[in-house]
Amino acid sequence: MLDLATPTISERSALKINPAKTCQPIGAMYAALGIHSCMPHSHGSQGCCAYHRSHLTRHFKEPVAATTSSFTEGASVFGGMANLQQALINIFSIYNPEVVAVHTTCLSEVIGDDIPTIIKKAREEGKIPEGKTVIHANTPSFVGSNVTGYSNMCVGIVNYLAEKSGESTEAINIFPGWLDPSDMRELKRLAEELGVKYTLCPDTSDVLDLPQTGVYEMYPKGGTPVEAIKRMGDAIKTVALGEFTAHAAAQKLNDKCGVPFEALDAPIGLTNTDLYIDALRRIAEVDVPASIDAERGRLLDVIQDIGQYFHEVPVAIFGDPDHVVAMTRFAIELGLKPKYIFSGATGRAFENRVHAILDGRFPDAIVKQQGDLFELHERIKADPVKLILGNTYGKHIGRAENIPLVRFGFPILDRVGHRLFPTVGYRGAMHLVEKISDALLDQRDRTCPEEWFELVQ
Amino acid sequence: MPHDEIEILEERRNQVFRKGEGAASGEIACGKRSAAGSVSQRACVFCGSRVVLYPIADALHVVHGPIGCAAYTWDIRGAHSSGPQLHRNSFSTDLQEKDVIFGGEKKLAAALRELIAACTPKAAFVYSTCITGLIGDDVDAVCKTISKETGIPVIPVESPGFSGTKKDGYRAACEAIYKLIGTGDISGISPHSINLLGEFNIAGETWIMKDYFRRIGIQVVSCISGDGRVDEIRRCHGAKLNLVQCSGSMTHLAKKLTDDYGIPFQRISFFGIEDTAAAIYGAAGVFGDPEIESRARELVKEELLKIQPELRRYRKILKGRKAAIYVGGAFKAFSLVRALRSLGMRTVLVGSQTGNPQDYEQLKELCDPGTVIVDDSNPLELAKFCLEKDVDLFIGGVKERPIAYKLGIGFCDHNHERKEALAGFEGMINFAKEVHASVMSPVWNYVPRRANRRQERMAA
Repeated sequence: MLDLATPTISERSALKINPAKTCQPIGAMYAALGIHSCMPHSHGSQGCCAYHRSHLTRHFKEPVAATTSSFTEGASVFGGMANLQQALINIFSIYNPEVVAVHTTCLSEVIGDDIPTIIKKAREEGKIPEGKTVIHANTPSFVGSNVTGYSNMCVGIVNYLAEKSGESTEAINIFPGWLDPSDMRELKRLAEELGVKYTLCPDTSDVLDLPQTGVYEMYPKGGTPVEAIKRMGDAIKTVALGEFTAHAAAQKLNDKCGVPFEALDAPIGLTNTDLYIDALRRIAEVDVPASIDAERGRLLDVIQDIGQYFHEVPVAIFGDPDHVVAMTRFAIELGLKPKYIFSGATGRAFENRVHAILDGRFPDAIVKQQGDLFELHERIKADPVKLILGNTYGKHIGRAENIPLVRFGFPILDRVGHRLFPTVGYRGAMHLVEKISDALLDQRDRTCPEEWFELVQ
Repeated sequence: MPHDEIEILEERRNQVFRKGEGAASGEIACGKRSAAGSVSQRACVFCGSRVVLYPIADALHVVHGPIGCAAYTWDIRGAHSSGPQLHRNSFSTDLQEKDVIFGGEKKLAAALRELIAACTPKAAFVYSTCITGLIGDDVDAVCKTISKETGIPVIPVESPGFSGTKKDGYRAACEAIYKLIGTGDISGISPHSINLLGEFNIAGETWIMKDYFRRIGIQVVSCISGDGRVDEIRRCHGAKLNLVQCSGSMTHLAKKLTDDYGIPFQRISFFGIEDTAAAIYGAAGVFGDPEIESRARELVKEELLKIQPELRRYRKILKGRKAAIYVGGAFKAFSLVRALRSLGMRTVLVGSQTGNPQDYEQLKELCDPGTVIVDDSNPLELAKFCLEKDVDLFIGGVKERPIAYKLGIGFCDHNHERKEALAGFEGMINFAKEVHASVMSPVWNYVPRRANRRQERMAA
């Protein structure tokens, strides 16, 4: 049986079964892809790079190029300096990116490779061509999770590149956190609709949601250009969307260049989108156009139309912490009843944040950091829910327990919609309402007794 | 970057060969480690071990390392099991910073105790990763202790990622499997018996092969590792012949079985009509039993008759189309070249991640003049050659698919993510269907590459 879980919660001291997270480097690789003309570089064994590329490709259905230091037995004894230096020479001479973004792995971290020194040495020895940029982030796989890696690379981007010239750009920095390219595109559309000058960083739209053009481009037109990143130090303010993937970089930019920031959640759902729109409005001192008001109104309208089917429906939400935090708030707005709120991420901050949103209204809710999907399954078996909101890894539970799964977050390995339709903003929320109501009503239509099967809902 | 400007990485110059150009005896360089800084399509030692052992369905597979190694290999491969599905779960010791400092042995021991009690597996494989190799955990000692405690084989897999290439991972997996072999009772095994090695039951392919052998009166003692069972592996030394499908991964095991148990082996492929027939005849011929041989001929005839009409239809449509192949092992490439030929298609680009010099020599002989042959290639190179050769179809794995689609080229997965069985005679029809579906998809009428061509033709 594929279904291993029983309705008792097993005591486990030393083991993850069916993890709700993965390791740091993939997050660093994803963030780096949001820089224009950037080659992510994995400083470690060849397998890490291959796994991350395959995993990202399965989610985005796009080619993902990244290079590796191809560690050997020798490198693991004597350090990876020679590998990284040779790699830099090869990358610039053949693939010719503007930026190489190096991230470490468990291997190079344990060996203790000092990446800044290696980069400095490579530059002094002329191995990095004039005008080209090399940045890095430490992303040990045995600390934190994939979101930590994303956050660390965002901090690295700010740390290496942002500058303060003193001449204001009059722009707002938007740090999107770990979102899909379709979401980043929507964040930009909303900012443009508001008439706000902005820099979105990182920005994977037009990198990992490419149209069919007949050409394979290693560096597509998207991604935040280095010049724009440099100028982030001269912005009016930063709006950081996600405690676990965006706030640290905003803090870093504040420390480095004195750009203040507003720390928000990912703009998933009504309130979170309101907060995003309102932050941009206040900072840029603009009026919200009627077009955005209308979008918001349409979202409210559709929730009214279909919301009766959401009322107190118990739901399990799992995935990366920023996604789960924002989705929990939206679930409450829809009238759903959050029951299990799980993240594989480490640290109390996640639980505290979710409890703040639940605000004592759902005393039975079980909130869990460092959770895994085996435990979630055990709990659902013991006390079921009617809906699961999470990534593809929820499909085993959904099938075993006959509970509909609405896919959202990362990774989605078996559907295509996330590549096209955003989950952020009012439009994203409308899309989620459609998906959730379709799932609940399809399930009802499939399983209810004939006399309860109705044409009109 | 325009494709005509793409150069081949200087270090890789000898890993690319064009048939009919340069010295005829020029050898392709392979078996090299990838150049640091290359966008290689290759993976690591752990990956090699994991793919080979993964399909053993009633064993526990515990990854001792940080979470990633287990997360990325969780249920990603359609290696079907007709019974237990234990292998499709992901078990990890999820090593944290404190484990890196103080060692992870205790954690591993605790994890194994908990899991063996909960899942009652027939055996456990414990994969070491980069980090366990480095922090000096004595995985062997932990395995020995737990094995003694629980009474099941707990087998360490020597697979730190950095300790070689994917091929070394295959070898480590063979060594791990070998520890099980010879421990089972071989009484009652037919004198006409075989093992299938290097066959992973992707999309149910093992079942097709087993059915053929059942029909001609040959017993399959164990398939390693497709739809694999620990008890079958334990007694596989009782078989009289080993058939090695994925030679890159399992030749090592086959040789050991020859050396220690005197079991001969044949390198076979169940992909394509010619190769499938050859594999069946080859195995049938070993036992010197005219009845088996006659049943084999009957089976091949019967199966061919079944598929010929449909195959002819596809051949008519696909004739003259051009294909590119980039796969893990080179032996698979031979079969693909031949199978494409039987569909009337030409292979104009072929390469592998892990081929050896003999493999590439054989490929050179097999291919038409002008065919580009590459070892350990990368996306830019592959894209460049695909466009240069104007291919209609790309056959590869997960990382190649989106590249093909970006270029506007049909694609067929011949790797872990294939969803249709491609083995045997019915597999040939599935393959033809899949190639046909991809190459003839209406979408190509609208993609720029083809649309432009149509306009050019019309203008001319």
